[in-house]
Amino acid sequence: MARFVVRRLLSMLVVLFAVSVLTFLIFNVIPGGDPALRMAGRQPDPAQLERIREDWGFDEPVYVQYLKTMGQLFSGELVSYSTQQNVVAEIGKRLGRTFSLAIGAAIMWMAFATALGLYTAIRAGRLSDRLLTILALVGISMPVFWVGALMNYYLGFKAGIFPNGDYVPLGEDPLEWLYHLILPWTALSLLFIGVYSRVLRSNVLDTLSEDYVRTARAKGLSERRVLVRHVLRNSMIPIVTLWGLDFGAVLGGGAILTEAVFDLQGVGQYVAESVDQLDVPPVLAVTMFGAFFIVLLNTVVDIVYAVLDPRIRLT
Amino acid sequence: MSSGPLLTVRDLGVSFTAEEGVVRAVDGVTFDLLPGEVLAVVGESGCGKSVMAMTLMGLTRFPNARFEGTAHYKGLELIDAGEEELRRIRGAEIAMIFQDPMSSLNPVMRVGEQIIEQIQAHEGVPATEARERVAQLLDRVGIPRARDRVDAYPFELSGGMRQRVMIALALSCGPSVLIADEPTTALDVTIQAQILHQIQSLRDETGAAVILVTHDLGVVAEIADRIAVMYAGRIVEQGTVNAIFYDPQHPYTWGLLGSITRVDRARPERLPAIAGLPPSLADRPEGCHFRPRCPHEFDRCRDVPPLVARIDGDDDHLDRCWLPVEEKRERREVRPGEIGLGRKPGAAAA
Repeated sequence: MARFVVRRLLSMLVVLFAVSVLTFLIFNVIPGGDPALRMAGRQPDPAQLERIREDWGFDEPVYVQYLKTMGQLFSGELVSYSTQQNVVAEIGKRLGRTFSLAIGAAIMWMAFATALGLYTAIRAGRLSDRLLTILALVGISMPVFWVGALMNYYLGFKAGIFPNGDYVPLGEDPLEWLYHLILPWTALSLLFIGVYSRVLRSNVLDTLSEDYVRTARAKGLSERRVLVRHVLRNSMIPIVTLWGLDFGAVLGGGAILTEAVFDLQGVGQYVAESVDQLDVPPVLAVTMFGAFFIVLLNTVVDIVYAVLDPRIRLT
Repeated sequence: MSSGPLLTVRDLGVSFTAEEGVVRAVDGVTFDLLPGEVLAVVGESGCGKSVMAMTLMGLTRFPNARFEGTAHYKGLELIDAGEEELRRIRGAEIAMIFQDPMSSLNPVMRVGEQIIEQIQAHEGVPATEARERVAQLLDRVGIPRARDRVDAYPFELSGGMRQRVMIALALSCGPSVLIADEPTTALDVTIQAQILHQIQSLRDETGAAVILVTHDLGVVAEIADRIAVMYAGRIVEQGTVNAIFYDPQHPYTWGLLGSITRVDRARPERLPAIAGLPPSLADRPEGCHFRPRCPHEFDRCRDVPPLVARIDGDDDHLDRCWLPVEEKRERREVRPGEIGLGRKPGAAAA
């Protein structure tokens, strides 16, 4: 176990290094990526440009710039090129919003997908299975910006059942927090519910034909117990992998479209705005932030794996 | 133990609707199972013997399955029993040992837990007590260091050990009927003998009746009291071990007996085998299903021969062959006493 954790920590460092270098280099080669030009405004005079370059260190070799930026990032001093605001503090402000969205949605899509996947597998081939299959495909096919906008317009703006955008922190008013997040959670979950329930359905169908499920029935267990203890547990193993990856991505600011549609002002929306400005520091910080969560959740997935299936050893 | 039969099966039929048509896996199966006896159900792969056995426990209730006939167990009709009634029978009254111990145990659950689960499904036993019982059961079926093995996962045990776990599982609620579906097929020969011995001695201890489904006549000779030979979904011959081994009536039984190889004989040029293949269960020949492969076929074989006693003075020896008994005795190539048991008991004085 200790060896496993050390190995994972080391691999996390490698991933973060690779991601940061790539991100930094991409912005260095993008046309129009020169931050000095952007900072100087329209028709800058050469002396002014030169001064900005000197002040921000843009005249130094790329690797020196990279090391400087990374140093600033880890000491919390990194500031945005376009707004001059502290990047780490900006991410901190948005963290609660993104986490609220990610955790709630991840619970929602896992719960619904599990129920739906199990139900459609048991009813495989019947009308209810077919209808729900179509529904799942519809869920998969609807882009989140479209379905989110529809929800916002019809349920929020027109019908007034749900608040139109906006966010209330959990600490302030838990009920309002929930109320304000229901639409974003739903919009974000639809795709995942569709995909996961399809994957789970086929896993359950495979597991149902396993010999040990027949044994479980021959033991005189109730059908419910057979399904939950013997079928579902073995069918969930591949789903957990998917869930870890997707949850990590959303935690790390991956739900950019959802955040933007509902104007949640989360980490994803922040990075989207920063990319628009070709503002390297926030992009770099959020990218690393996201990569961190993906590697972290992968590690969690491996641990959950070993718990679910004792044949898997952590090495 | 000489009360009536424990299990009475009459005209049991199982068919499945499949793409190739209706597959009649079990057709008109009739037999009684007496307390404490070992009934061997013998036949080639795909003759319907496993389906028959699983149907008794309601394990073949797939949406495309159709059932006929009856199976009475202690006043309960198993074939159309409700799920809850069946659930109470499964594991507690009728228990099953499956063919492949590698895949029949849940890979992610400790073996002890899997047995405790069955005990607790039928009896309100506290966990510690159930656990103690499991340790004793594992010990009884010959698992060394049984107490430690309660917490083992299946992948930590060998095939033979897993089959012992399956036997312990089957015995854990003291069933009256034990169905063993090819319990030794997946095991190597030395382990096979141990497992069979295990089943036999447990039968002796608990008085449970055993239905042993197998295609291995060596196994049958070793532990069975009575034999039912199945071919293409039907029982074609049924009788005591001695009757089947020494006076087989059905040409299919002759073929089965003739295809045993013996190490105490000169090796034959080719292993004897029954010519041809068993018919598809979706498209079986009319009349006697064995007809196309039978060297003794004649006109009457186009009618289905009923399963009845055809030998004077032996009402328990039934078969489905139209040939007159004398003619069978002349024609069969298996001579009395040649197969399996050595000398026929009681015939030694001659």
